[in-house]
Amino acid sequence: MDILPILATLRRHKMIIWLLMLEIALSCAIVCNGVFLIVQRMQHMEMPSGIAEHELVQIQQAPIAPSTDRYARAQEDMAALRQIPGVQAVGMTNQLPFSGYSSNGGVMLSPTQPHRTLNAATYFGENLLPTLGLHLVSGRDFASDDYVNADAILKSLADGSGKGFPMPTIISSTLAERLWPQQNPLGKLIWLAPKASFRVVGVVATLARANAYDTATAQYSMIFPLHMGAGKDQSYLIRTRPQDRQRVLTAAIAALEQADPARVITHARRYDEIRSDYFKDDHAMAGMLVSVIVAVLLVTGLGIVGLASFWVAQRRKQIGIRRALGATRADILRYFQTENFLIVTFGIVVGMAMAYGISLLLMMHYELPHLPWLYLPIGAIALWLIGQLAVLGPALRAAAVPPVVATRSV
Amino acid sequence: MFGYYLDLALRSLKRNKVLTALMVVAVALGIGASMTALTVLHVLSGDPVPGRSGHLYYPQIDPRDMDGYQPGGEPPDQVSWIDGMNLLNAHRADQQALMTGGAVPIQPTRANLDPFFAQARYTTADFFPMFGVPFEYGSAWNADADERHAHIAVISRTLNDKLFGGRDSVGQTIRANDADLRIVGVVDDWRPDPHFYDLYQGTYAENEDVFVPLSTSTDLKLPHIGSTDCWGQTPPGSDGLKQAPCTWLQFWVELDSPAKAAAYKTFLTHYSQEQKTLGRFLRPPGVRLRNVMQWLDFNKVVPGDVRLQTWLAFGFLLVCLVNTVGLMLAKFLRRGGEIGVRRALGASRRAVFEQLLIEAGMVGLAGGIGGLLLALLGLWLVRRQPADYAKLAHLDPVMLLVTFALAIGATLLAGLLPAWRACRIAPALQLKGN
Repeated sequence: MDILPILATLRRHKMIIWLLMLEIALSCAIVCNGVFLIVQRMQHMEMPSGIAEHELVQIQQAPIAPSTDRYARAQEDMAALRQIPGVQAVGMTNQLPFSGYSSNGGVMLSPTQPHRTLNAATYFGENLLPTLGLHLVSGRDFASDDYVNADAILKSLADGSGKGFPMPTIISSTLAERLWPQQNPLGKLIWLAPKASFRVVGVVATLARANAYDTATAQYSMIFPLHMGAGKDQSYLIRTRPQDRQRVLTAAIAALEQADPARVITHARRYDEIRSDYFKDDHAMAGMLVSVIVAVLLVTGLGIVGLASFWVAQRRKQIGIRRALGATRADILRYFQTENFLIVTFGIVVGMAMAYGISLLLMMHYELPHLPWLYLPIGAIALWLIGQLAVLGPALRAAAVPPVVATRSV
Repeated sequence: MFGYYLDLALRSLKRNKVLTALMVVAVALGIGASMTALTVLHVLSGDPVPGRSGHLYYPQIDPRDMDGYQPGGEPPDQVSWIDGMNLLNAHRADQQALMTGGAVPIQPTRANLDPFFAQARYTTADFFPMFGVPFEYGSAWNADADERHAHIAVISRTLNDKLFGGRDSVGQTIRANDADLRIVGVVDDWRPDPHFYDLYQGTYAENEDVFVPLSTSTDLKLPHIGSTDCWGQTPPGSDGLKQAPCTWLQFWVELDSPAKAAAYKTFLTHYSQEQKTLGRFLRPPGVRLRNVMQWLDFNKVVPGDVRLQTWLAFGFLLVCLVNTVGLMLAKFLRRGGEIGVRRALGASRRAVFEQLLIEAGMVGLAGGIGGLLLALLGLWLVRRQPADYAKLAHLDPVMLLVTFALAIGATLLAGLLPAWRACRIAPALQLKGN
């Protein structure tokens, strides 16, 4: 196919061609960046928590009147929960991965350092490894004599005696690698305050934070063996088989209310709900981006259909003449397809530069990495396909113009 | 002439229905998407306390130790009990209130209601007049009640409906955390969005249902909810957070004039210096005094996603408009013959230009109506999303007008280029060509 005659024709419709190219360039830029944003969101939504998500239910409760002995209450409640058929493990925690409300602490590698090394999630709780289904990669789980009451620790910190420290702690492998690269973390000491030291006794593969905004620090977590006592900020956790979750949840609420009716259950849910709630904005944004990309491609496609139809109608006579001079239907079809391909290609070239510019703008205003080159061909392929698809109808109509048109006057 | 041009435009648009539909749909989609996004942005970045926000200020001071100190760094975004009380009792502003969030367990006396937790605000008396809280029944408490640690409460209309069936409940009591609180007032519908005075409760959070004097709340040990930021060694003691080096309260002041605001800022610096001399503060004075809108802006309360969506929607509108310009240009140029005849018969360029622009305007009007319907549909979809702000997405009269202005303005703009190009067609050439 000779391209030169096509280019010569295009030059006669400069303004329309420029507009069409501009539209394709804009679409290309939006599609490239849109797809990139969708992939970013999806990667964020897939962030691992490290826990047995589909086997967990959470119950949060609070007393309606100031309680007398919260530690006894907690032990009694957990004993009642363990009695429920189908319950595999029962634990208690102050937070959960992606639960939003978070408890964190500044970590130091020596008691006297002026600035904190990093900030990590502080999981206070009981029986967390078996209940959450955490994968222990080295060291040991807490033993029952590791646990102390939270009040005892607070008292020790208040009088500055340092009694009870160092306490054992289990940390995530990401945190271990960050604190002591390439070293065995077992037995190492960390400080949360000059008098509050902790010895690493175990390492779990993964445990995400409650507020995992930043992927780089999302897995910095520590677990401390503390009896926190029953209260509004603590949750009971129950591990069970996925199909038993609803039944166990109902039975657990009944069991807790039977053990002590003077309380309010503030949350009772499957862990899955916590996760989907945390990522709901990403989910909504990804959905929105998909609809915009579809709409942009649709409008661009329809625009191409409209313009191509016009040209076909406008050039009926010329097409007739070409057909009369011996051009086949396939020649006419290919002419319009090539013309579209050329216009779209010019548009794509401009569009890629635009995509790059938009990406730079986005990087300035949002915490986004650079648009990888890989995404540019995605926009190009999408627009080539849309262009060819859109021009096919009008081109077939052009190919159907009979040669006899050439002999008729208008 | 206008009527005639309208008739001509209608005929022309009818002649090529598919193309007209394409243009109208493109404009409608673009307008619908951008108006949906713009309305959400408009609602979210609104003024939560119109008429007052310029006079309400949020003082910040820096009481922390030297751990992590950087010169010029941002002070904590809340105050400690000691500082809050000192600033409150200084009475340097026209009005001032110290407050924090919480949740109180309520034991209803009605047999058919289970105990439940109600969102609560523990505050000093100026909260109500300073923020202009409207009352359905009764009134706010006064500073005297704060002093007496009175067992009183102001409740929301929602809670009044739930507990007392909407009757005037002033003088009744509610049982909260095992204590009886006498109701002194019922707040009428009042929901500032964003929840500016305590963003830790959720930026677009529902309002509190129970308001209790701050002094009473600490007496009764009502549960605190919100951010607590501590530093140093001393953990919370037996008296809760009162003596602890922790910030957990919000302090708001009303200052009627910029001069007063400047004076107040100086006062905050002096206060910080004085506390440093006393050895309570270790850092050099770090003071901020932002008004409501500055405070919201500083906290970036409008979600980044919403801004991104607005940009995206306007990008889409641009694609739709370029599309419409292209189609309109093709259409007008195709009518070269007709335009040539009109010009040859004596129509001026201006007349042709007007006629074509009216045609473009009609496409814009139709697209605007379609866009409005799509925006209503879009906002309905937004309201069904799970985000906190979703429920607020409604079209107000301002945005309705903006929609139409945008639709017609955009299409007229889109019609300018094709109309200008078409009215420059040389009549002789066209007539000869045919």
